Amino acid sequence: MIIYLNVERSEKMIQIQHLSKVYQTKEKVVKGVDDVSLDIETGEIFGIVGYSGAGKSSLIRCLNLLETPTSGTILIDDVNLTKLSGVKLRQARLKIGMIFQHFYLISQKTIFENIAFALQAAKMPSNKIETRVMELLEMVGLSEKRDVYPAQLSGGQKQRVGIARALANNPSVLLCDEATSALDPNTTMSILRLLKKINKELNITIVLITHEMNVVKEICDRMAIMQDGKVIEEGQVYDIFSNPVQPLTKEFISSVVSYEIPDTVMSTLAGTLVKITFKGEVAMEGVISDTMQKYRVKGNFLHGSIEYIQERALGIFLMELQGECDEVEQAIAYILEQNAQVEVIRQHV
Amino acid sequence: MFDLSHIMELMPDITKAFGETLYMIGISLTIALIIGLPLGVLLFTTDKGLFLENRAINSVVGFFVNIIRSIPFIILLVALIPLTKLIVGNTIGPAAASVSLSVAAIPFFARIVETSMREIDKGVIEAAISTGASPWMIIWNVLLPESKSSIIQGLTLTLINLVAYSAMAGFVGGGGIGDLAIRFGYYRYDDSIMLVTVAILIVLVQLIQFGGDRISKMIDKR
Repeated sequence: MIIYLNVERSEKMIQIQHLSKVYQTKEKVVKGVDDVSLDIETGEIFGIVGYSGAGKSSLIRCLNLLETPTSGTILIDDVNLTKLSGVKLRQARLKIGMIFQHFYLISQKTIFENIAFALQAAKMPSNKIETRVMELLEMVGLSEKRDVYPAQLSGGQKQRVGIARALANNPSVLLCDEATSALDPNTTMSILRLLKKINKELNITIVLITHEMNVVKEICDRMAIMQDGKVIEEGQVYDIFSNPVQPLTKEFISSVVSYEIPDTVMSTLAGTLVKITFKGEVAMEGVISDTMQKYRVKGNFLHGSIEYIQERALGIFLMELQGECDEVEQAIAYILEQNAQVEVIRQHV
Repeated sequence: MFDLSHIMELMPDITKAFGETLYMIGISLTIALIIGLPLGVLLFTTDKGLFLENRAINSVVGFFVNIIRSIPFIILLVALIPLTKLIVGNTIGPAAASVSLSVAAIPFFARIVETSMREIDKGVIEAAISTGASPWMIIWNVLLPESKSSIIQGLTLTLINLVAYSAMAGFVGGGGIGDLAIRFGYYRYDDSIMLVTVAILIVLVQLIQFGGDRISKMIDKR
């Protein structure tokens, strides 16, 4: 008999409330995670970015209690994990998959056995295990490798096995601890595509931590930036890319979209230097050419690119505007009216 | 000095002694495996930061293991006479010697198991924990397979130690090759027997080491 419970499900898959993790060493007390509160919505891909030592790894490891938080609560799918231990905690972990930077497969077991291990943990009857493992191997594209040992696989293939193992028990959450940091750029892209596919097709909420802004730009919906154990900025990836507030956030973004102009070029510029940011819905070419026609201003493109974040265009251009002072000012005002952002980097000399 | 006919004459004694040696190390190795392996797993898994962390158990087991390991074997041999009498019924012969040999081999092998498991990448254990596996599953499917190759190496080491210890058991009338070497080679200045027994021991140790290395390599999938 199946009983259907009509329970209102939370929109929030993960709720982190005032989470702290303190490490006590001989000399001092280190706050790995310092009073972090975050809500992660069901079905989204959430990225946490920070340099090593920022606490992002401690944070993600607290989410399945691989590390016990010093204080605070973690609710996953409305279950308070911090209150669980023993069998209850193990049952909760079945629904929280995790993949790692160094894959951590059992080296003495075949790919098949590695994945079957997760199913055995969930006490799946052995006659059903084979079918499920083959299903998972097919999903990650490694059906032919079932009887091979991890040592015979490439990094990307090992991570695929890690993903298959993490997804074995149909989890609602997948935690990715620097999952692509040990992979080359091409392999990284293919793993990210696989994660995106999993997120879309299985509606699994993904939390990933990384120091690579590219990863976030590629697949995340929302993101948080961590520094010294704290979340210093949080929001939609698109918004953060177009309007970073904190210096560290800007620094991270400049690793993906950099607008450095060489000093030798800077010294030859006499006009007003502006940075114009166009968001998806603004037709950039139109705005620029209209401005040039309306005002007696000469525009000089110095740098620029259009990035696609969550399939929405973000254009950022550095321009030198030459002309009379008030003409330039009016031109800037006009661009602003068209819903583009203008930041004056340097007034004309 | 080397008298072939004399050796041939004592061949039945040599064969019997060799059999006794195999019997002693066979029994004590089996007991070391049965008791030492779980003890090693207990030492490892109850250590700080591991999934069965338990300071009390870890220190108590560790303490006893260290005590037995710090007693010289020859003293252990004598000290365990009452226990031997209780278990086997008498205090001489290979069965009696097996008691002390086992007691010495258990803590030695337990430490070897513990050390072998320390070589496992902590991440692999954490990954297993994160799948929701029970401690028993992790021990059985992760710790033991991952340290198997290294434990086999350790087993080789234990076995060779047992060969050496079993020769010492000869001193208290334990039987075996060592007994033969002492009775003939040492007390009666019988060089031929001395040489033969030493040769047998050398061959035995070489074979054990060779076999252990081969098996350890063969089963390693890394």
